[in-house]
Amino acid sequence: MKAFTYERAKSPAEAAAAVAGREGAKFIAGGTNLLDLMKLEIEAPTHLVDVQDLALDKIEETNDGGLRIGALVTNTALAAHPKVRKDYAVLTRAIVAGASGQLRNKATTAGNLLQRTRCPYFYDPNMPCNKRVPNSGCAAAEGFSRQLAVVGTSDKCIATYPGDMAIAMRVLDAVVETVLPDGKTRTIPMAEFHRLPGDKPWLDNTLGKGELIVSVRLPAPVGGQHFYHKVRDRRSYAFALVSVAAILNDDGSGRVAFGGVAHKPWRVEAAEALLPQGAGAVVAKAFEGASPTEHNKYKITLAERTLAGVIAEARS
Amino acid sequence: MKFDAPAGKNLFDNARIVGKSTRRIDGPLKVTGAAPYAYERHDVIPNQAYGWIVGAGIAKGRITAMDTSDAEAAPGVIAVLAAPKMQPVGSSPFNYAPLFGGSDVTHYHQAIACVVAETYEEARAAAALIRTRYDRGEGTFDLKAKKSTAPMSGEPKTRGDFDAAFASAPVTVDETYSTPGESHMSMEPHATIASWQGDQLTLWTSNQMIAWSKDALAAILGLDAANIRLDSPYLGGGFGGKLWVRADAVLAALASKETGRAVKIVMQRPLIANNTTHRQATIQRVRLGAEKSGKITALGHENWSYNVPSAGDGETATAQTPVLYAGDNRYVAEYCARLDLPEGNAMRAPGEAPGHLALEVAMDELAEKLGMDPIALREVNEPGKTVPGQPDKQFSERNLVRCMKEGAELFGWSKRNAKPGLVRDGRYLVGMGMAAGFRGSPTMKSAARVKLAANGHVTVETDMTDIGTGSYTIIAQTAAETMGVPLDHVTVELGDSAYPASAGSGGQWGAASSTAGVYAACVALRRKIGEALGFDGDAATFADGKIVAGDKTHALGDAGAMSAEDAIEFGKFQRDYNIGTYAAHFCEVAVDAYTGETHIRRMLSVCDAGRILNPLSARSQVIGAMTMSVGMALSEELAVDPRFGFFVNHDLAGYEVAVHADVPHQDVVFLDTPDPAISPIKAKGVGELGICGPGAAIANAIYNATGIRVRDYPLTLDKYLDRLPALV
Ligand SMILES: Cc1cc2nc3c(=O)[nH]c(=O)nc-3n(C[C@H](O)[C@H](O)[C@H](O)COP(=O)(O)OP(=O)(O)OC[C@H]3O[C@@H](n4cnc5c(N)ncnc54)[C@H](O)[C@@H]3O)c2cc1C
Ligand code: SF4
Repeated sequence: MKAFTYERAKSPAEAAAAVAGREGAKFIAGGTNLLDLMKLEIEAPTHLVDVQDLALDKIEETNDGGLRIGALVTNTALAAHPKVRKDYAVLTRAIVAGASGQLRNKATTAGNLLQRTRCPYFYDPNMPCNKRVPNSGCAAAEGFSRQLAVVGTSDKCIATYPGDMAIAMRVLDAVVETVLPDGKTRTIPMAEFHRLPGDKPWLDNTLGKGELIVSVRLPAPVGGQHFYHKVRDRRSYAFALVSVAAILNDDGSGRVAFGGVAHKPWRVEAAEALLPQGAGAVVAKAFEGASPTEHNKYKITLAERTLAGVIAEARS
Repeated sequence: MKFDAPAGKNLFDNARIVGKSTRRIDGPLKVTGAAPYAYERHDVIPNQAYGWIVGAGIAKGRITAMDTSDAEAAPGVIAVLAAPKMQPVGSSPFNYAPLFGGSDVTHYHQAIACVVAETYEEARAAAALIRTRYDRGEGTFDLKAKKSTAPMSGEPKTRGDFDAAFASAPVTVDETYSTPGESHMSMEPHATIASWQGDQLTLWTSNQMIAWSKDALAAILGLDAANIRLDSPYLGGGFGGKLWVRADAVLAALASKETGRAVKIVMQRPLIANNTTHRQATIQRVRLGAEKSGKITALGHENWSYNVPSAGDGETATAQTPVLYAGDNRYVAEYCARLDLPEGNAMRAPGEAPGHLALEVAMDELAEKLGMDPIALREVNEPGKTVPGQPDKQFSERNLVRCMKEGAELFGWSKRNAKPGLVRDGRYLVGMGMAAGFRGSPTMKSAARVKLAANGHVTVETDMTDIGTGSYTIIAQTAAETMGVPLDHVTVELGDSAYPASAGSGGQWGAASSTAGVYAACVALRRKIGEALGFDGDAATFADGKIVAGDKTHALGDAGAMSAEDAIEFGKFQRDYNIGTYAAHFCEVAVDAYTGETHIRRMLSVCDAGRILNPLSARSQVIGAMTMSVGMALSEELAVDPRFGFFVNHDLAGYEVAVHADVPHQDVVFLDTPDPAISPIKAKGVGELGICGPGAAIANAIYNATGIRVRDYPLTLDKYLDRLPALV
C-alpha cells in the first residue's frame, strides 16, 4: 500500500470537488473493496476523501411511490428495510446472497455498485492485465477463465462485474443519482452505469472524475414475484458463476437480468420479452453473439437452466 | 520405556479421565484471544522489526537484475535482503525446492527478497518498489502431458497374475480418476519472529514438528542445532503445511542476523499456495475384476503424480489399496513426473485422502455393475486376519465391517434406492453414498518431562504441538490419570524445543505417540516417588491426589518437588502388525436438477480408531476432516495456468474451502476399540482418518442422486450440467 493523505468531506459537492481537483484522489466509503485493492497496490490513490460523514444513509419514499436509497446506506440496512423486503424483494434477496454478514454491515450502496472485478489475474500484479495496467495485455483470455464473462467481452478484457445488488437494481430499472464537482447533479439509468470493456477495460463505469454517487432511486414497485438465484461453487461466500434476478408476472411476462456473465448486469429487454416462450428462448436471445471460452461456455447452459428453475418456481 | 509387546491390562482399562469427553483446557485462552499465535508474540522480545516477503513473478528462469535502491530509501526501511546478492541457503532432508538465495527461480512466488522495516505497512510499501527483471525459462507444468513419460517410483506391488485375472474376470471396472492440487490454507498463515543473542537463535514460530524443524533449520542455515531454539505453543492449523521450515522462518533468521533486530515475518496469504508446499494433483487408474459373487480377483491401482525436478515423491494415492480389500491378483504402482510447479509435500492424510476418491468410487461402480449393495461388496472382500499377500502381518484391530453395519443402521442406508436418479424432492435429485476409509496409524518415539510440585501439582513439558487438535487436553488427561490427580492439577507446556523431543503432530501419529511418551515419563516419576518414600511405584495406586502403597497412604507431594523424564520407544514387534484406523462414511446429497448445485444434507462417519482419548476433541477432528472432505470433493482446486506455471487462484477468494452453509449436519460415532499393539494407552489418532473416504461418499451420493458419474475432482457443476435431466 502506498502512503496517502486523508480527509473527511462535509458535503457532497465538497467531496466531489476534492476528488476532482487532485490527481490520484479517490472516495472511500466502507473500504471493504478499496482497502483490499490498495494493499495489493492494484489501486494506489494518493489521497482519500472519506464520504462517511455525508448524511447519505437514509432510505426515503419518493413522490412517485418509489424509494431513494442514500449512497451510504449499508447493504444490511437496505436488505432489511421493510419496504424493500415487501416491494423490492429481488433486491433483498440479491444483497443477502452476497459476501458475509460482517461485510454487508460495512459495505455501502455506492461502494457495492463500484466494486471491481474478481478476475484472478487482475489480482496478481505479476500478470498482464489491461484493466489493472492499460494495454499490458490480458492474461485471462487464454488462461483460467472459468469465472469470467461470456458475453459483451472484448479482446482486451473478459472480466465480469462480480456484484449481486446491481443485478437486482438493473431489473428494477434503478437510477443512480450523482453530484458533479461543479455542484450540479446528474442521473444515470442502471443500464448505462456500468460499461462494456471494449478498448478501455480499465474503465468500469460511466462516472466522471470526482463524480459522487449520492443516491440510487427505485421507481414505484412493479409487483410480480421476485427471484434471485445465485449459482456458485459453494453455498455461501463466493461470487456468482451465474445469477438470475427476475420479476415474473402471472401471465408469464416479466423482467430478467443475469449476473456473473458480463462486465455489467446483463439485461436484454428484447430477450425478456420472450419470457412467455420459456428460458431457452430468452437465453438464446440474451446471449446472442456471446463469445465464451472453453472454460466458461457452461455459463450459457447454466444461465438457461437457472432461469428455467426460476420460471418453474414462479409457476408452482 | 520400551514398548516391546502388546499392552496387557493396565490402568487405562479402568480409566476415569482418559476416554471421557473433556473440554479443551486451552479453550478459554483460545476463545478469548489470549492464546498468542506466533505473529502475536509481542512480549517475547522487544523492538521487533517487520519483514515482508517478495515472491518471484515467474515460475522458472533467472533473475537478471534486481533494483532495490528505491526500497532501501523508502521510509522506515532497515534492510533489504536480495536473493541475487546472497548465497543460496542450504537444504534439509525436508525441503526440496530452494528456500532463498541466488538468482535461479524454480517456482512461482519463490522468495526472492525480504524487506525489513519499522512497521508492517512500511515494509509492504517498500517491497512494491523493488524492480526485478527476469530471463524466463521454459518449464513443464502439465501433469497430463507428462503422464506417459513419468517414471515409476520404486517397485510395483504385485501379487499373482493381475493381467490374466483381470482379462478373465466376468465383471470389471476400468476407470481413470483425477484429483487436483490442494492447498492447506490454515487460518493462521506461516509466521515467525526470529532473534539472535550471540550465536543463539530463537524462533517463535508456527510449526508442527519442533525437533525435525530445529535440525532442518540447522542444516539450512549451517548452524549447530544446539544453538537453535524453536517455540510454537499454539498453531492456527497446519494440516501438514507446517511440518517444515519455510521461507518465513528462514528469512526471519537471516533478516534478524542482518539487522541485529528481532524480525517478525508472516507469509502473506497470496503467497502461501505457490511459495509453500501443496498436495499434488493425481491421475489414477483403477481396475477391478470380480466374480459374480463380488469377490475381487484382480485389483489394479496406478497413480501418476509429480514433484519438483530435484527430489520428492508424488502424492502416493495408492497407499490404502494393498490393505483395504482382499484380492489375489494385484498390480499397484506409483509414477512420479518432474514438474516445475511448487514443491509438493504432505497434506492431511497424504496419499490416502485422494486415493480414496478413486478407489472408493471404483468400488461403488463395481457394486452397481454386480447389482450388489456397496456394503455387501466390501464385506465379501474383507481380508482375513492378515494383510492380503503378507501372511506374517496381522491386522492388530480391524472393525471395518462393524463400522459399515452400524453406520448403515444409523444412517438409514436401507432406504437408499440402488437405482440412481430416481429419488426426487421438489427440484432436487436426492441420493445417498457411502465409502470405506483406511488410514495407517504409525507411531514415533516421543519424550516428555513431568514435574511434581510439593503441593501435588503436576506439570508436563514436551515439545509436542497442539495444532488445534486438542493435544494439550489429551496430554493433561494422560498425566492426570497416571498421577492420580484431577485434571486441573495438571499444567501442560508444549511446543518448545527446550523440552524433551516428542513425536510432533503429523501423519496421525501425534496423539498415540505423545500420550504414550507422557505416560512413560509419569511412570518414571511414580518410580522416583516410590524410591523416595520406600514403595514400588509400579504397584502403588495413584488416585485422588493420594498414593496407596500396601497399607500406607501418602499425599502425592509427600516426597517433595521432583521431576522425571522418559520417552516411549516403540519396539520392532509393531512391524508384525498392520496397525490402522478404519471408518465407514455416509452422505446424503440433494442435487438441484436445474442448476446442478450440490447441497449436502447429512454426513456420518463411524470410526474404528482405538481407544478414544477425548471423544469431544476426537469428534472435532473428524467433523473438521469431513468438512475438509466436502471442499476436496466439491470445490477445492489449485488451478494451474500451464502457460505461466503457477496456481492462479492463490487466495481464499479463489481457492474455495467449504463454508458452514456447505455442512448442515454431521454425525460421528466411535466404536472405541482399544488396540493393545499401538501403545500402552491403546489409543490411535483420528485426525486423518476423517478425510479418508467422505469425499468418495459424497461422489457416490451425487451419482446415486443423478445417475451421472464424474471422475474428475472437484465435482463442480460445469462438469455435468449437460448431463442433467432435460428441461421440460
Ligand atoms: C470477502 C468478500 C466477499 C464478497 N462477496 C461479495 C458477493 O458475494 N457479492 C457482492 O455483490 N459483493 C461481494 N463483495 C464485495 C462487497 O459487496 C463490496 O466490497 C462492498 O459492497 C463495497 O462497498 P464499500 O462501501 O466498502 O466500498 P469501498 O471499498 O469504500 O469503495 C469501493 C469503490 O467505490 C468508490 N466509492 C465509494 N463510495 C462512493 C460514492 N459515494 N460515490 C462514488 N464512488 C464511491 C470508492 O472510491 C471505491 O473505488 C465481497 C467483498 C469481500 C471482501
Ligand atoms: S479479463 Fe480483464 S481483468 Fe482479467 S486479466 Fe484480462 S484484462 Fe485483466
